[in-house]
Amino acid sequence: MSAYKDIAWNGIWKQNTILAQVLGLCPLLAVSSNFVNAVSLGLATIVVMMLSNFAISALRAFIPYEIRIPVFILIIAALVTGIDLAFNAFLHDLYMVLGIFIPLIVTNCIVLARVEAFAAKNGLRAATFDGLMMGVGFVWVIGLLGAVREFVGQGTLFSGIEMIFPKLSGIQILPESYPGFLIAMLPPGAFFVLGLLIAGRNWLDARANQRMREQRSHHQADHATDQANSVPV
Amino acid sequence: MSEPIEVPRRESSVLRISVRTAAIMLAFTLVFTSLMAGTYSATAPLVAASALAEKLRLIGEVLPPSLYDNDLMTDAITLPPQKSLGLDEETRLWRARKDGKPVALVLEAAALDGYSGRISLILSIDADGRLMAQRVTAHKETPGLGDYIDPKKDKNKKRPWITQFSDLGFDTVPREKWRVKKDGGRFDQMSGATISARAVTNASGRALAWTVERRDTLFSLPANSRYEQQGSKQ
Repeated sequence: MSAYKDIAWNGIWKQNTILAQVLGLCPLLAVSSNFVNAVSLGLATIVVMMLSNFAISALRAFIPYEIRIPVFILIIAALVTGIDLAFNAFLHDLYMVLGIFIPLIVTNCIVLARVEAFAAKNGLRAATFDGLMMGVGFVWVIGLLGAVREFVGQGTLFSGIEMIFPKLSGIQILPESYPGFLIAMLPPGAFFVLGLLIAGRNWLDARANQRMREQRSHHQADHATDQANSVPV
Repeated sequence: MSEPIEVPRRESSVLRISVRTAAIMLAFTLVFTSLMAGTYSATAPLVAASALAEKLRLIGEVLPPSLYDNDLMTDAITLPPQKSLGLDEETRLWRARKDGKPVALVLEAAALDGYSGRISLILSIDADGRLMAQRVTAHKETPGLGDYIDPKKDKNKKRPWITQFSDLGFDTVPREKWRVKKDGGRFDQMSGATISARAVTNASGRALAWTVERRDTLFSLPANSRYEQQGSKQ
């Protein structure tokens, strides 16, 4: 069970696709200008990552090492095309909203990275779970990025949610007269906010490490005195 | 003495590995391509049906059904690809009539010069040559910035940007004023996202000019016929 705990911790924090690996910036920066779009892309990414990790873990015995990358890309592209078509056919209303994001996922190298680094070497259940957790790590960061950019850029939150839940509507947080902050909406704004998020993560990690080191040195000191006291004369 | 024997052996095993690897690659390609093709043909009818339903809904947005009494789906003609409308494939042009009299033409057009490529439009143009309404049907403009050309994304819900074109014709806005204000024209744009507005404005101007010029022909062609360029120069 602790292996699964490790996978979850890696996906959500330690090897977070965005904050630690800084992968998949193209769709990340393009779509994170508001919260609803960002989370929508994130959820579609989770589905693709779980399926591609599952498919490649299942087929890993048949894929020669030398041509693994083209085969992975082939499988991922086929999966994404299938999901795109199925969405269009069976969930057309949702497709009108999320449709543009699905082909974008192919450009997200995180899918290929996880397949190569994890799914190709691990069993079905662990690989699928890794896809899920890496996806969750992607969603929370891209969602936060979208929320910050939307708030700073437009003074709103959840705008566009009526496309997914027609009964809900976005919230105007800053007064209507807020002129907006254009740079937050443009790709440079995404870089700024992303940089701050990465710095925040590094700061939290550095603090945690420092605490751990202090605790360890306390322990060692205690231990040392214990030993010193117990040394028989 | 053993060397001359070993070299050809190695070559043959390299060849065997290459052939084997290529065969596996080919097998994967065939399997996954046929999976994609299968999914495509299985979903194609459903996709086409939802595209048609979507089209009817869009026509309803630019042309209220109360204004006409004919069946638009049968009273339509086929347009071969029209460069001046920005279209590179065949489209349909629907003709609305009331009591047999021409009411409006509904057609598709596209702007190829959006900020992120193509912006597809649907327009209704009445029998007097005025643009009744237009809607953006597909675009890739920046979310939260250039996407106000789509009224669903426009923050101004009371008077979305796209509605400023309603019921205007070249009799009220001269052809050379059918531009955004930044280009010396008549129509507003949002600062910081002029390109999207300019693309839509210019495309609608081109579509209106094209339609007005051949309005009578478009109305009088038999249903389900094909519009051919009159006196077209090759």
